[in-house]
Amino acid sequence: MLQEQELKTFVEGTTNYFEVAAQQPATVGSPYLVTEGAPAIHEYTGVINISGRREGVVYFTAPKAMLTVLLMKMQENDFSHENMRDLVGEVANTISGNARRDFGNDFVISVPSVLAGDRAEPPQVAGARSFVIPINWRSHSAKLVVALK
Amino acid sequence: MSASVSAVPRRAWRLLIVDDSNIIRRRIERSQQFSELEVVGAAANGVEALEMFRKTDPDLVTMDLTMPQMDGIQCIEKLVQWKPTVRILVVSALADKATAVDAMEKGANGFLNKPFTDRQLNEALAALITGR
Repeated sequence: MLQEQELKTFVEGTTNYFEVAAQQPATVGSPYLVTEGAPAIHEYTGVINISGRREGVVYFTAPKAMLTVLLMKMQENDFSHENMRDLVGEVANTISGNARRDFGNDFVISVPSVLAGDRAEPPQVAGARSFVIPINWRSHSAKLVVALK
Repeated sequence: MSASVSAVPRRAWRLLIVDDSNIIRRRIERSQQFSELEVVGAAANGVEALEMFRKTDPDLVTMDLTMPQMDGIQCIEKLVQWKPTVRILVVSALADKATAVDAMEKGANGFLNKPFTDRQLNEALAALITGR
């Protein structure tokens, strides 16, 4: 069962990115559970794999429009596919860094990987339910998905 | 006749940026506000960084830790062996104390957590330049 503190660490890692990098905080929507299959993903997804005391995945998935505005807010003017991938990877990297700080050696956390494009399959963890936390920023909405067992 | 003050040309601080994120490399270059600081190169991993370091002989390095091919900690060890006076600012999302201590023990001079604001970056660079 996912613990509140674990969830808080992942959520804070995500919202902190918006607050610091874009100087504009994100808000957290009402979380919900997906019990069958994996939640749908947006165009770009940054994924970290977790093993050790818990096993599963945590990913941040965002639409291109949100990432474009986020890049603009960061004074970046290169909106290429590579930079979009880079950006979700950096968000995942921040989530990973927070998790390492809070959970220490109990969790073994992978270097982030990135999924992009129409054919990308959402990460699935057999036997784990996916906890979905909507991350709202300006007029856009992304998802933080935590699937741990 | 008044004494003239000869203008002593001050050598610019030469900065090498090492990060696997293109966004971060560009951000550091764009946001740093020091007129005496010259960005002499940008590398996407430790191996590239070593090559660029030999070519450009920087005084300062910003160093990511989690990178492909050669990570930041290994790279710091090499750079400090080659040039003990080099000043290295680690710029990383790894926020745990053990990582920071490890980097400092290997020869880093400062640590800046990602994500960062322009102000935090410039304060960290100022501390690196002045040796504070």
